[in-house]
Amino acid sequence: MRSGARLATMSGMLNATREPAATSNGAAGPILVVDDLRVTFSRHGRVVHAVNGLSYQVRPGRTLAIIGESGSGKSVSVRALMGLLPPSAHIEGSARLDGTELVGLDDKSWRAVRGCQIAMVFQDPASSLNPTMSIGAQLIEAIRMHAPLKRREAAQKAIDLLKLVRLPSPEKRLKQFPHQLSGGMRQRVVIAIALSSDPKLLIADEATTALDVTTQAQIMELLVDIQERLGMAVIMISHDLSLAACYAHEVLVMYAGKAVEHAETRNLFSNVRMPYTKALLDAIPQLSTPAHLQPAIVGGHPPDLSALPEGCAFLPRCPSSTEQCRIEPHLAEHEPEHAYACWHPVSRDGSCTGQKEERP
Amino acid sequence: MTDQAVHVAPAETAEPARNGPHTPLLSVRNLVQEYVTRGPGGIKTGVVHAVSDVSFDLMPGETLGIVGETGSGKSTLARAVIQVETPKSGTVRFQGRDLVGMSKREITKVRADMQMVYQDPFGSLNPRWRVADVIAEPLLGHTSMTREQRAERVDELLDLVGLRPETYRHRRPLELSGGQAQRVAIARAVAPGPSLIICDEATSSLDVLIRAQVLNLFEKLREEFNLAYMFIAHDLATVKRVSDRVAVMHLGQLAESGPVEQIYAAPRHPYTRALLDSVPVLDTMTGVVKRPVALPGEPPSPLNPPSGCRFRTRCPRAEDLCAQEEPVRTRVSDRHTVACHFPLTPA
Repeated sequence: MRSGARLATMSGMLNATREPAATSNGAAGPILVVDDLRVTFSRHGRVVHAVNGLSYQVRPGRTLAIIGESGSGKSVSVRALMGLLPPSAHIEGSARLDGTELVGLDDKSWRAVRGCQIAMVFQDPASSLNPTMSIGAQLIEAIRMHAPLKRREAAQKAIDLLKLVRLPSPEKRLKQFPHQLSGGMRQRVVIAIALSSDPKLLIADEATTALDVTTQAQIMELLVDIQERLGMAVIMISHDLSLAACYAHEVLVMYAGKAVEHAETRNLFSNVRMPYTKALLDAIPQLSTPAHLQPAIVGGHPPDLSALPEGCAFLPRCPSSTEQCRIEPHLAEHEPEHAYACWHPVSRDGSCTGQKEERP
Repeated sequence: MTDQAVHVAPAETAEPARNGPHTPLLSVRNLVQEYVTRGPGGIKTGVVHAVSDVSFDLMPGETLGIVGETGSGKSTLARAVIQVETPKSGTVRFQGRDLVGMSKREITKVRADMQMVYQDPFGSLNPRWRVADVIAEPLLGHTSMTREQRAERVDELLDLVGLRPETYRHRRPLELSGGQAQRVAIARAVAPGPSLIICDEATSSLDVLIRAQVLNLFEKLREEFNLAYMFIAHDLATVKRVSDRVAVMHLGQLAESGPVEQIYAAPRHPYTRALLDSVPVLDTMTGVVKRPVALPGEPPSPLNPPSGCRFRTRCPRAEDLCAQEEPVRTRVSDRHTVACHFPLTPA
């Protein structure tokens, strides 16, 4: 049995010393290939263009961070990969997981993918867990859903999984209910359930946003460790640029349903080119900046996704926009391994072409 | 702010603050708030020590940032200060008067001077009211303006928080974005002309750009009206941006408090150090990152806090003494206090 064999390797890994997975150097081909993904919702005759031609790849053992504001389409785009969008959603384009086309799968085929090959960890661990079921029951249900194990074998695997996510006294936890655990422990249980089917791709949708900084650091450390052991691909959705910069190999910045900048993490943050990414960076408070500093912040709001203007979607808010921006810039590798969609990229010294610098 | 003034005085008793040039606006002494938990049949099963013996002063026009993990008592402290719940013991002296035990009528009057902004603007704005009515309500209660004067003032306030009056006056909260709704909540708080605004995670639910705009708005209002803030947040970087002083809360107690630059550059309490180390850092100029160092373990339960120092179960520096004796808040420099038996030495 595939899952039985992989369980054995996983339990073996519990005791194994930390050793980077062979796949983490990026030699392997991509596990997920998203190509020109488009998602629209039709409501009351209005068409909302939530995702407008998104393309990216994720390799095993690698982490891709998708960042953007609310409404940028980051969550919708990954929910499409999980088949979690409502029937009103219309999905076009292609998303292939290990060769399987996910767009247009029927319900039965989804069951072999969702929660099995792709797993997801959501923002709020309290609402991802069933409050009336014990931790053990929820874990065992997830395990037996994907593998024909006997109850006792599944219970043993549940304990192994709780050990993997470093939940203290796992045997005792099986009988406990979600309300008896702290937020951090609940998120560990959610991660354990996500890992129960040994997924190839884990999607963490703002998985640490609701947690304290101390717990966030623990959970991120855990995710990195598990990823190294199991060689999973991870997509982390976040609005926290610092968090993404610390943990992702690659960063993709989304605005109005499109990728506007995409590069290796270090490459991107040492040389930000898209004015929107620059605006986000300028806006995040830093531990090192002096108190009472009031940086100039890009005003305005993200565009209405049901009435997207012609040209660059960031145009109305962009400090360096010109007439040329009325023609839509396409995401392209203007520099080696650094793609962005902008006619007037931010120059290397940090200033935008024609930008009004207003710092107090 | 005043350098001479004694800001945090652990040794200070419940002595009334005298009126003078350096009178604190808000002076909290030995504040305790506890909740009894009850099992079936109303039997007392335990006591949640939400806030235990907290004292601090806040000067006019000063911003005190309050940080700490979930369950550290930050919000309870805010609620006890504004008298949403009467504290179990201690005094809350605001503008020279003790609020604890005041009649409801008097408290209502005081609240014209002390307003609160909450985390979720949609939860704190009545969804059926129009924006103009939301902002006019405190004016109705606290001032004797005519209808026309009120309408004028509402427009002024909307303008002040950066919302165009003609566009937003007649909207209802659900027709606003999160950032706009929070601006309305801020306009409502500013309406009666307060001298203190308590922000309880007021920017936590907002997007990066909107959050930065709202933080700038808070700063602008502070400069314009000499407002004092109690700025409660779990995000240390956000607190750094707006605060003059910071108080670090751990399990209902003040672990450390002092000037913001001093606390962030050279924390003396191991808990403050651990909090700062947990923050992912990205240098936006160079793109260099610093991965967080996780503090192992779970925060203890406020139902049954550890003996002695409440941080000792997770503290890397804990020794036997920490289990036996509760550390007393001591002054390490002029306005910097720390409650630790073995404080860190400044680098």
